[in-house]
Amino acid sequence: MIPEIVARLQQKHRTMRYPKAAPPPMPDRFRGRPVVHKTRCVAGCNNACEAACPTGALSASTPKTIDLGKCLFCPECAAACPHQAISYSDNYQLAARERTDLVVSRERDEIEAKGAALDEALRKLLGRSLKLRQVSAGGCNACEADSNVLTTVGWDLSRFGIKFVASPRHADGLLVTGPVSQNMALALKKTYDAVSDPRIVIAVGTCAISGGVFADRPEVCNGASSVVPVDLYIPGCPPHPLTILDGLLRLIGRIG
Amino acid sequence: MSTFSTDFVRLTNGQSVALDSVPVLDLERFHASIVAGVRGGCRVSALFGAASPQPDATRLYAVLADDDQNLLLAAAADVTGDAYPSLTRQCAQVHMFEREIAEQFGLRPEGHPWLKPVRYRRSWTDRDVWQRSADETILPAVGDFYRVDGEQVHEVAVGPVHAGVIEPGHFRFQCYGETVFHLEIALGYQHRGIEETLLGGPDARTIHLIETLAGDTSVAHATAYCQVSEALAGCAATARGQALRGIALELERMATHIGDIGALSGDVAYLPTASFCGRIRGDVLNMTALLCGSRFGRGLVRPGGVGFDADAERMAELRRRLDACEKDARVAIELLWRTSSAVVRFEEVGAVPRAIAVELGLVGPAARATGLARDIRRDQPSGIFNTAQIPVATCKTGDVYARAYVRWLEIQHAIAFIREQINALPEGAARTPVTACVSERFAVALVEGLRGEVCHVAVTDASGRFTRYKVVDASFHNWPGLAYALRDEEISDFPICNKSFNLSYCGHDL
Repeated sequence: MIPEIVARLQQKHRTMRYPKAAPPPMPDRFRGRPVVHKTRCVAGCNNACEAACPTGALSASTPKTIDLGKCLFCPECAAACPHQAISYSDNYQLAARERTDLVVSRERDEIEAKGAALDEALRKLLGRSLKLRQVSAGGCNACEADSNVLTTVGWDLSRFGIKFVASPRHADGLLVTGPVSQNMALALKKTYDAVSDPRIVIAVGTCAISGGVFADRPEVCNGASSVVPVDLYIPGCPPHPLTILDGLLRLIGRIG
Repeated sequence: MSTFSTDFVRLTNGQSVALDSVPVLDLERFHASIVAGVRGGCRVSALFGAASPQPDATRLYAVLADDDQNLLLAAAADVTGDAYPSLTRQCAQVHMFEREIAEQFGLRPEGHPWLKPVRYRRSWTDRDVWQRSADETILPAVGDFYRVDGEQVHEVAVGPVHAGVIEPGHFRFQCYGETVFHLEIALGYQHRGIEETLLGGPDARTIHLIETLAGDTSVAHATAYCQVSEALAGCAATARGQALRGIALELERMATHIGDIGALSGDVAYLPTASFCGRIRGDVLNMTALLCGSRFGRGLVRPGGVGFDADAERMAELRRRLDACEKDARVAIELLWRTSSAVVRFEEVGAVPRAIAVELGLVGPAARATGLARDIRRDQPSGIFNTAQIPVATCKTGDVYARAYVRWLEIQHAIAFIREQINALPEGAARTPVTACVSERFAVALVEGLRGEVCHVAVTDASGRFTRYKVVDASFHNWPGLAYALRDEEISDFPICNKSFNLSYCGHDL
């Protein structure tokens, strides 16, 4: 027991104070919500950003908006723009209840977190105890890993009453990752059916929202909502753990 | 040089050759050469089908790794019709490759001992080895499983959806009481059609498909892809870019190895190491994010070098974090080794003998745990590993303990390597432009990812587009090793055996 206590003292208390205190610092190169510099983005350029975008999140046909549900938060569009008009903000609050709310303005000064809270009745039921079954349906293990990291001592997800459980029978909802491969569509549906009502579904990562880089391939279903109804979308490839936690806490009404 | 190698064209890692210099042998000679190569100590790094210029034929390509000579050997053969004699009975390493070719091209390997689909998808051709009609739904893991019969024998089926936060797969155990006679693993649930999507590339999607082949191995796969791209274009990445790729590759290895040791510790209910390592793993991922903004190295490795340079200040910060991480990891992990009641749970469990590891063609920590000094960074070096060496970490016993301990050795070697690279980071640009792929070339790149060898092979057409892009993740070689490790073990030891391999599902399923 003595070596364990000595080790514990060396490792220190590590659980973050967030949300009571400021969130943990993000890396300076963190790519949060992409924004376009109004004056630098000139009409009639060669649309290099659109050509560089692997998923069509940026489109010349919708010059005012960007689809965070398709965005991989990759550096390609910013690198391709000849006028350095595109950059990434440190805005990590990306989650939204509605798919349409992920289509956002490109302007920096119009960043606002979309409503993500459950309705009053559900919040009363799940707000202090939310048990989730994770289903990886073609996920590459990055979204899975950064969801799972929330259970480690640094983030300590269970202090919010949120836990990943071993069976859908014990769960209040599913946390789905991956584009939903054809080979996982049935398993996802059956897992959903095994969760008793009322139940929620959280789609984590660009693949689970829109199919991501695999969109429109015959081997995948273009995201969780093609198989089950989705209550919360958390964009990113993968989303930073803070983005996931922010989404979950806003969903259960722990933060505004 | 042994005689078999005369039948092959020789390459080194990250090199391309003209497609017509890859000898097209007749099938019998092709098979005999593979068998001779494997008997001579080579490994089958890749064996795959592709379109053939001959009518009604499929071209098979083989890439053998001759680790003693630091050479790669490639050859091809045309198969006409819809069947050919199987090689699996003479060379167990090709077992899964022949099943994959059967599934993708509808070619039946006659005499294959266990011909089942790999990923449960439709064939790329209009032939189907299992005579499934075009309107029949193909469901994963549906079909015959190896079965033991007897009054006291029972079957345990697990998955695809597991209890933990992990990827899906189906495990079928044949048990006699608590003892596992046989484990059969059925995968394919994660199949996203990546090889199919890569055809006709490179394009804007390509690098992102590569980075998501196996999410925790993004840097290794992206490095292999970039080496293939550079080989096809006849360019080289900058020295600084190669060093930064090496740093990111070792951070990737450290992160997962630390997580694995923590997970093993948690599975035998020794929670201090489990909870310390869970956090330390995150610190390592944050070091990767310090380099490129992404905890999984997304956006970092790009053809010609790296997409993000690092100035002296950033490198100093990396070194400071590395020092702190080393101290934390040492305390957390040595605590486990000193706790005999935990270590005894790892010893003599899930042992794979060295001879079996050779026969199955295991790679990475799973191979090195059996005493095989097999490591691409030393045997087939490329990039920074041409000039900077990392010791090959081995153990002898091939059990769960050995696989865990090899990881701890590799974590320490990775830290020393990264520190060395920070101190001697080459000057110059981080990235240089890479021209388009040259037409009708054949390129191979190997990278030692955290689970072992990652192999990418590209074949280009007359306009320099991919007519075939083959990916072999380390897990493709190692899943049969896990199945073997369970023989005659207690079924309750499956979790620690599984975690000691920590194989990728999506890397296998593609």
